[in-house]
Amino acid sequence: MKLAEESYLSDDFLRQLINVGEVDILVGLPTHNNAKTIGSIVQTIQSGILRGFPRERAVIINADGGSRDGTPELVTGGSIDDVRPASNLYALRTLHAISTKYASSPASEVAFRTILAAAELLRAKACVVMSPESANIEPEWLSKLLRPIYRDGFDLVTPTYRRHKLEGLLITNLLYPMTRALYGLRIREAYSLEFGFSGRLGSQFLEQNVWTDGTEGSGVELRFTLAAITGRYRICQSFLGEKDHIERRAADLVPALRQTVGALFSALDPDFPVWSAVAGSQPVASTGANQEVLLTPVRVNRKRLREMFSTGVAELESVFQSILSPPTLAELQRIARTGKEEEFDYPAELWVRTVYEFAASYQKSVISRDHIIQALAPLFRGRVFTFLMENRDASANDVENNIEGLCLEFERLKPYLLQMWKSRE
Amino acid sequence: MREMIISELSQALHELVRGFAHFLPRLIVMLILAFVGWVIAYVAKVVLRSLLRLIKFDRLSENAGASQLLTKAALPSATEMLSRFVFWVVWLGFILLGVSVLGILGLQQQIARFFLFLPRLFVAMFIMFFGLLAASFFSRAALLAAVNANVPSPRVLSLAVRSIIIVFVLSIVFEELGLAEQTMLVAFGIVFGALMFGLAIAFGVGGRGLARRFLEKRFVRGKKEENEDELSPL
Repeated sequence: MKLAEESYLSDDFLRQLINVGEVDILVGLPTHNNAKTIGSIVQTIQSGILRGFPRERAVIINADGGSRDGTPELVTGGSIDDVRPASNLYALRTLHAISTKYASSPASEVAFRTILAAAELLRAKACVVMSPESANIEPEWLSKLLRPIYRDGFDLVTPTYRRHKLEGLLITNLLYPMTRALYGLRIREAYSLEFGFSGRLGSQFLEQNVWTDGTEGSGVELRFTLAAITGRYRICQSFLGEKDHIERRAADLVPALRQTVGALFSALDPDFPVWSAVAGSQPVASTGANQEVLLTPVRVNRKRLREMFSTGVAELESVFQSILSPPTLAELQRIARTGKEEEFDYPAELWVRTVYEFAASYQKSVISRDHIIQALAPLFRGRVFTFLMENRDASANDVENNIEGLCLEFERLKPYLLQMWKSRE
Repeated sequence: MREMIISELSQALHELVRGFAHFLPRLIVMLILAFVGWVIAYVAKVVLRSLLRLIKFDRLSENAGASQLLTKAALPSATEMLSRFVFWVVWLGFILLGVSVLGILGLQQQIARFFLFLPRLFVAMFIMFFGLLAASFFSRAALLAAVNANVPSPRVLSLAVRSIIIVFVLSIVFEELGLAEQTMLVAFGIVFGALMFGLAIAFGVGGRGLARRFLEKRFVRGKKEENEDELSPL
């Protein structure tokens, strides 16, 4: 047992882990006030273990960020016997459930670190992290995320989902194309709250200085995926099913940008030797169906999107002058002045240049890094508007083709980012 | 009579020569001090300039908004300005030290006061620089937050934040320098009070509708606003 782990794991938690002994499967469940959904999620996890891994030693580790609604009690109180009558299955081992409160307020990186430390102490062979918000989680998800690791020797399993064509636009318009272009692997959901990983990948990540390099705070899930890529671990994707719709507010965009784009930008500097040597991209192994797209109509306030883009470009001119090159800024200002909705076009090439210039400015810290991430929000809205217009009546294939076109644009313009990176002071 | 005049003139000449002979070494000491001071000031300037370039002081100054002010006033960069300032302060210090060696009555007291004033000047400059940095940071934070929250007139809000911080910093700087403390205190009170009063009136009269809409949106649950972020970004 390592002294470093002892320092941030409570004595009580360590005692419970020692009582469990070694395990084959570990299910990590980071929570914070999830009493509404956690009961059914724990039951689904238990059912998934009964169906997929009845002979394996398994444990559920709940890392709780100070819930006040009894979430930890719901996790530890759920008995596997509740699941048996429904599934008619029997586990050959005891399924343990342990809960620990890592802090009085939620912090995803601390929760994940706690889960990784527990996995290392219990010598877990295969681990999976499940989101406490997934209302439509199925028992099969566990097998889909764990089996490639436990049986096929993969180190990281990222999910793919059936999504609406206009859901996850930050992933389809920035995160997926950029990670693919820079790191050379076509991982659709590099940032996900549900994923599986091997014990050795978890241990290796636990030892990295990601916890102390000043970039900790958000997006640790993405940094975990990037660590697996740069460490040349075996990665595959597994199709889970439909991603449930979580309603977001306008204010959620900036935190989402911090968790994903902020984490990606901050990883680029230490990962420069890896991504600067990569050209093109390769597909990763996949199990199950590929990404599926839903086409049901949705109501979107396009006018508001466009207004927020135009207002942002006008009001943040002084900020953009520090971040963007004069031609890019001039082009954005021209688009912002576009009168008619039909004429508005934020083309892929300009969007890629914008993102790359933001990444280079982030690396150079031309202004506060958090301000750089916040300044991207109105521009992202402009890009979303164009994406909506392009794909309003598009079929699933057309949407995929458009996303593929954007990915290729990110790959084509990668030398532009490298050029800016190398010209740093 | 003639002899008396010659004698007086001769005595005056002797006194002049004696006085000059007495003064000349001091003058030479002063010139030496001035020269040594120039060399030390020059070395200090070069070392400081290298150090500031090393720590990328110009970028910090750009963030503080000081560089933009300097550019508008057709002045050199912040690094160059600070280096030159240190050069002149050090050299002037040595020159004044040399002047005090001359033993001119009344001047020594003024020189002592100047040396006592120097630490306060440096502290004031320090406060001013970091005050500008804070004003720039917080006004930009307010601007970004307002733009992303779709608040009307975000630049006015940002300008208000910057103005309040700068007024506050200026009042501290003047107090540190000991310049018209009472006047500055009263002026700060008037400006700050007027600013707050003006904002209150502007919000109360001009922003009634805005305030109502904001409060309704915040507290009245009923009609759900059509929102683009119903499209989950993740």
